[in-house]
Amino acid sequence: MTENPLPAPEVSLDWLKSMTLIRRFEERAGEQYTRAKIGGFLHLAIGEEATIVGAVAALRPTDYMIATYRSHGQALARGSEPGRVMAELFGRVDGLCRGRGGSMHMFDLERRFMGGFGIVGGNLPLAAGFGLTSDYLGNEAATLCQFGDGASNQGTFGETLNLAALWRLPVVFMVTNNQFGMGTSLERHSAQTNLQIKGEGFGVPGLECDGMDVVDTWSVTKEAMRIAREERQPVLVEALNYRFRGHSIADPEDYRTEEEVLAWSKRDPLVTFADRLTAEGVLSAEQREVIDLQATEIVDAAVAFADASPEPEPSSLYDDVYVLSDQVRGWYSADHRGAGVQKGEDLS
Amino acid sequence: MAEMRYREALNQALAEELERDPNVYLMGQDISVFGGAFKVTEGLMDRFGEKRIRDTPISENTIVGIGVGSAMTGLRPVIELMTINFSLLALDQIINHAAHVRYMFGGQVSVPLVVRMPQGAGHQLGPTHSHSFEALYLHVPGLLVAVPSTAADAKGLLKTAIRDDNPVIFIEHETLYGQRGEVPDDPDFTVPFGLAAIRREGSDVTIIGISRMAQTAERAAEQLATEHGIEAEVIDPRTLRPLDLDTILESVAKTNRCVIVEEGWPHGGVGANLAALIQEQGFDDLDAPVGRVTGVDAPMPYAKSLEQISFPHEQQVIEATLALFGERKRASRG
Repeated sequence: MTENPLPAPEVSLDWLKSMTLIRRFEERAGEQYTRAKIGGFLHLAIGEEATIVGAVAALRPTDYMIATYRSHGQALARGSEPGRVMAELFGRVDGLCRGRGGSMHMFDLERRFMGGFGIVGGNLPLAAGFGLTSDYLGNEAATLCQFGDGASNQGTFGETLNLAALWRLPVVFMVTNNQFGMGTSLERHSAQTNLQIKGEGFGVPGLECDGMDVVDTWSVTKEAMRIAREERQPVLVEALNYRFRGHSIADPEDYRTEEEVLAWSKRDPLVTFADRLTAEGVLSAEQREVIDLQATEIVDAAVAFADASPEPEPSSLYDDVYVLSDQVRGWYSADHRGAGVQKGEDLS
Repeated sequence: MAEMRYREALNQALAEELERDPNVYLMGQDISVFGGAFKVTEGLMDRFGEKRIRDTPISENTIVGIGVGSAMTGLRPVIELMTINFSLLALDQIINHAAHVRYMFGGQVSVPLVVRMPQGAGHQLGPTHSHSFEALYLHVPGLLVAVPSTAADAKGLLKTAIRDDNPVIFIEHETLYGQRGEVPDDPDFTVPFGLAAIRREGSDVTIIGISRMAQTAERAAEQLATEHGIEAEVIDPRTLRPLDLDTILESVAKTNRCVIVEEGWPHGGVGANLAALIQEQGFDDLDAPVGRVTGVDAPMPYAKSLEQISFPHEQQVIEATLALFGERKRASRG
């Protein structure tokens, strides 16, 4: 735990609520996955709640947030309705993305949560694009782009940091260093293990935060966003954290020892933050229990909402492949069914 | 009407759209100070400034990704990739992002992005710099694909592409930039997508030419008429997504024969795709199998003698057409 003072009590409690909600949501998602309610991949953020909530707390509502395939928590922290996040996991029409994206592709335009992205490193150029829009339109919005330590080896990392620095784009790049690119540990995948300096050669200075500490993450991200917004200087923030679960649900975790997991679990961001709030007189034992119960109730309701939501109609299959217009009056096929009118076409 | 080069028509389209919509901006390698590798953007920086005519580093995937991100948030980027060969470096952003973000996010955003790039062989640039990839982009749902072969279409289709809210792959041709053609003066002149052009009317055979091959097909058709008495109808689809299959099928219903000419490879090509659609939809109209003339199934060689026989010329089109009439005679080469 760092020396950062706590914010106002109601803010601290909000953060605790948000972190608790993410924890309970992710636990329930894992459970629903084993019950086959959720398909595909499921990447849980258990252990990374402080990095998510601390970073999101440093943003203005008009700022853009973009993340990876592990982004249920980002959507929740940004204010997306838990029921709609769960419904997306269930592949239902009321999902955030109407069942088109699933776990890896959450998106909530209204809250400027600009997406979870399934391709490692694929989101960095888009973040620079959001930054370019802010710059072009001359507004104050800045962008926070989260990606994992593994993504720092992608070509887009160097390309995007170079361009962001060259064009002075208001973007904060946050590498959430959870020590593993899937099952390959940091020292086995990156020659430079001090990731915060990995952007320096591209003209992007680095900062570091304790990603297990919500206050430190908030404090450092806030300063990074200020630098990006006011000085038009992109910044790379390394958030050191640890995921308590495997890379995805289908991960036997042969690449790390139980001792290591145990050592990190003693720094559980949810527990340590709640303990600190209690120690500093902000949180009573009773309140702590209530917050936990409320989170569980919200998650119960989210599951019920998702369960009640219908599956998408087959007739909606081609919706939103294109923006329909004078040029594209419907979905134009080049497949074996030929070029006749297809489901999803609107020729009215 | 004014006569101008294909590159000038493109330049005019860009200038008019930049003038019309302040959120349109251009981005690419050497497009600003240098004026573009093929001089398509010449003079635009002086007129519109560096904010809107942006030189980029050589980072194709990220350039396209920045375009996608800015398009998702309200701008209308027009990206120039120096040639289509380098678009392979940007495939992740083009396919996984530009083409799919609207769909995978349930329609919450659109990506009004244009990626312009020239393709084609003929300059002895060898295997890595001579590609034709319209079939590759045609394959991807979510993209629109335009392949203009005349100066007027270059201008009219580009203006339509910039105004449309979908991501457009706009494929120019390296050997067409210097060609002259008549272009309407009207600043609101556009060419709609999904409307094929009939370049030559005829009743004996339908020849469909893609990109530059529309011109090759037209020249072959003149020879077929004068030397063989065969009147070919030549169709240039102009856009492959959306595709004006109706015009093609109507023509085939009239001529009962069809040849498709493209510069790219044969397997999984535009011709393979069109032939399948024509036999599915117009089988009863066909008096012969659909013919295809394509680039050869090999990388593009450097040597001029080999390069010239690696992509279609009029002679191959004529031979493929005559074959549909059961004629064995071959006109001599040259």
